[in-house]
Amino acid sequence: MPKTLSKSKARVNPARELVFGDLWEYDPAPETADPKMKKKYDLFINGAFVPAKSGKYFPTINPANETKIADIALADAVDVDAACKVGQKAHTTVWGKMPGRERGKYLYRIARLLQDHAREFAIAETLDGGKPIKESRDFDVPMAAAHFFYHAGWADKLEFLSPGRQLAPHGVVGQVIPWNFPLLMLAWKIAPALAAGNCVVLKPAETTSITALKFGEICQEAGLPNGVVNIVSGAGETGAAVINHPLITKVAFTGSTEVGKLIMRSLAGTEKKMTMELGGKAANIVFDDAPLDQAVEGIVNGIFFNQGHVCCAGSRLLVQESVAEEVLAKLKRRMSVLRVGDPMDKNTDIGAINSREQLIKITELVKSGVAEGAELHQSACKLPARGFFFRPTVFTNVSMSHRIAREEIFGPVLSILTFRTPEEAVEKANNTAYGLSAGVWTDKGSRILKMSTLLKAGVVWANTYNKFDPTSPFGGYKESGFGREGGKQGLLDYLKVC
Amino acid sequence: MPISQTSVSLRRLFDEVGTVDQVGIEERVAKYATRSLKKKSKVFGLRLAVTMVDLTTLEGKDTPGKVASLCQKALVPHDMGDIPSTAAVCVYPSMVRHARKHVGGTQVKIASVATAFPSGQAPLKTRLAEVRAAVSDGADEIDMVINRGAFLSGEFGMMQDEIATVVEACGKATLKVILEVSELETYDNIRAASFLAMRVIRPNDFIKTSTGKTSSNATLGNNQVMLEAIRDHYLATGVPIAMKPAGGIRTAKQALQFLIAVKETLGDGWLNNRRYRFGASALLNDLVRQLEKERTGAYQAPWNFSEATEGY
Repeated sequence: MPKTLSKSKARVNPARELVFGDLWEYDPAPETADPKMKKKYDLFINGAFVPAKSGKYFPTINPANETKIADIALADAVDVDAACKVGQKAHTTVWGKMPGRERGKYLYRIARLLQDHAREFAIAETLDGGKPIKESRDFDVPMAAAHFFYHAGWADKLEFLSPGRQLAPHGVVGQVIPWNFPLLMLAWKIAPALAAGNCVVLKPAETTSITALKFGEICQEAGLPNGVVNIVSGAGETGAAVINHPLITKVAFTGSTEVGKLIMRSLAGTEKKMTMELGGKAANIVFDDAPLDQAVEGIVNGIFFNQGHVCCAGSRLLVQESVAEEVLAKLKRRMSVLRVGDPMDKNTDIGAINSREQLIKITELVKSGVAEGAELHQSACKLPARGFFFRPTVFTNVSMSHRIAREEIFGPVLSILTFRTPEEAVEKANNTAYGLSAGVWTDKGSRILKMSTLLKAGVVWANTYNKFDPTSPFGGYKESGFGREGGKQGLLDYLKVC
Repeated sequence: MPISQTSVSLRRLFDEVGTVDQVGIEERVAKYATRSLKKKSKVFGLRLAVTMVDLTTLEGKDTPGKVASLCQKALVPHDMGDIPSTAAVCVYPSMVRHARKHVGGTQVKIASVATAFPSGQAPLKTRLAEVRAAVSDGADEIDMVINRGAFLSGEFGMMQDEIATVVEACGKATLKVILEVSELETYDNIRAASFLAMRVIRPNDFIKTSTGKTSSNATLGNNQVMLEAIRDHYLATGVPIAMKPAGGIRTAKQALQFLIAVKETLGDGWLNNRRYRFGASALLNDLVRQLEKERTGAYQAPWNFSEATEGY
C-alpha cells in the first residue's frame, strides 16, 4: 500500500524544478551617500560631547568587512554619575516643570529632524550594525521617527492615560538597549520617557553606538534643554553603573534574558521600577487552510528579517503535517532567491551578522542541531570572503527537546516542527520559557481569535509577521519580560500612578 | 438554489487550488519595486522587455495605414542603437491580413484578439468563426476572452469547454486566454480561473490578465497571482504555461518590476518571449527612450522617437 501511494505521488508530482540561475544578474547597487560620521565619538552629557574622564576609547567595526569605523568613548562609573546628576538637575529645574504642550514641541522637532537626516542615519546604522540598507532605510529610521511623532502627541494629554488618577514622571530613568535595532530601540525608550516628563541616561550596545551618539547631535539641533538626554557608551560595566546609580528611579532594559535576570537580581530590594523586554522563541503556526505562498513569505519575514536578530523572530515554525512537505518545498524555493551579501547594496535581503561573538554563537547552536539529529537545509548562495555572514538555515526533523527548538539563536536559523491538531499546536507553541510573540496562519477567522487567546505570547500576529506600530503595545510573558513598550500601556510605564 | 450551487462549486475549487491572502501578496510584490537595477543588468532587462512587447492597437478607428505604421514600429522600434524587434503586433481580426503584408515571414508574429473581444458576449458559434477567420487570414496567435459570466455563476465546465473548443479552432496558432481580472475582482477568483484555463490549454499557450478595456488592468499583484499559479501547475504537471500581463504597463520602470517578479517567481525559464509578453503600446517608446539614455548618457527629446503618442 505505501508503495503504490508513493508511486502515484511520483506520477502526480514528478521532480521538476525551476531554474533560478544567472541569466539576468543584478549589478551591484551600492548606497553611496555620506553618512556624516566622525572618526571619534565622545559621550553626550549635559547637551555637549565630552570625552570620558578616563580618556579611554574602544573601536567599533563594520561587521560586513571587519574594518574599524570609529573610536567610541568608554564611560565608567564617574561619567555615569555625572550624567545622572545633570539628568536629575534638568528634571527638577526644566523638563519636569515644563508644560506637556511645550515638551511635545521638542518631540515633534526631534521626529522631523530624524526624517530630515533619515538617509545618513540609515547608512550609519547599516555600516555599524550590518543590517541591509533597505531595512534601515525602509523600516528602522522611519519607525524611529514615527515613535517620536506618536509620543509627541501624548505629551499634553497624559491626564487621559489613566482618568481619575494623578500621574507624575519618575525623574531620571536609566535605559540599556541592544544592538539589533540600535536607533529604533533608542526611540522606543527615549520618546515615551521624554513625553512623560522624565530625563534619560541611555547606554547603547557596545557594538552599535554610532546612531545613538548621532542622535545626540539631533538633540542639539532640536535645542533640547541640556541634560534631558544623556548618552553614555560602553560595555556591560557601563550599563551596570547606569542601572545601579542611586539617582535612577526607573530602569528600562531590552536585551537577553540572561542579562535581564542579572539586572533584576541587582535591583531586588530597591525602589526602582523596571520594565524588561527580553528574549523569545516564537512559534509561527501554519494551518493547512492557510494561503501557503503568503505564509511562506511570512515565515521568511519572520526569521530572516534583520538576519534573525529579532527578539520576536518566528524561530520555531509549527506546520500542520498535511502541508508540511509543500511548505518546506515552497520555503526552499523562496530561500533560493534571497540575496545575502553586502549590506550597503540596495538589493541585499540578508546582511551581516552583528559581531564575531554572535556568529560564533549561531555556528555553535547550528552544530548542536546537526549533532542532535535534526536535518540541515541551507541556501546555496555565495557569501562574501570577509565579514561575518551566515547562510539562511532551516532545520527539519526537529523535536521539542532539541536545543535549537528551545534556545534563542538570534540568527537566520529556523527550526521546523509539525503538528496534527490545533490543540497540539497550542501545546507545542506554549512549551517554552519564553512568550514574546507568535504567528497564526489560517483562512479561518474564528480560529485566529481562538488561537490568540490560547497562545501565551505578548503579541500574536495573524496572517502576517513582524508588524510594528507605535500605537501597539509590545512586550512579553514569562521569561520574555514584563512591562510594555508602545501605545498607552508603554507610556504608562514611564509614569508614577498616585 | 442556483446561488448556493455557485458558492459550493467555488468553494470546492478554492479548496483544491488554494487561496490567496490579499495583504500578503501585495506586500510580496512591493518588494519587487525596491529592487535597484543598474548598468548592464538594466540594459539587459530593457532589451528583454522590448523583445516581449505585443505592440497593440485595438481601436474602432484602426485603419490599414495605422496597422502598417504599427508593424514598421514593431520591426524597427528605433533607427539607432541596435534595438531588437518586438515579439508581435496585436490587432483586431479584420486587420490581420493588412498586418500580414508587413510582418508576414519576419520574426514579428501577428496576434489577433478574437471571440467577440472584449466582452465575449456573442454566441459561441460566432466567436469560433471569428477565431477561424483570424487564423486563416494569417494570425500566428489568438487572444481570446473567457466567459466571465459562466465563471461567476459557477459554470466552470462551460467556461473550460469553451476554451477547449477555441484551442481546437486555433490549430497551430498559439492561444492566449484573457481572464479579464478586473471583472473577476478577487485574487482567489484570479487564481481559480487561471487553473481552470491552464488545465485545457497546451504547453506554451498563455494566460493573460486583461483586455485593457476596463478600469483596472495588469498590476504587480494579479501578475504575481498568475505567476504563482503557473509555477504550481508546472511543478504538478510539467506543463509550462506562458504569461502575458496587458494594459496599464506604460513605463520601462513598471516593465522591469514585472520582469523582476518573473525572475524571482518562475526563474530563468520564463525570461524569454515564448513564455512572457507585455500587451502594450506606449511602453515600447519608453523602453527605447531608456535604452537610448543608457547608450548616449542623456535623455533624448520625445520627437526623436517615432510613433510617440504623448503630447509635446
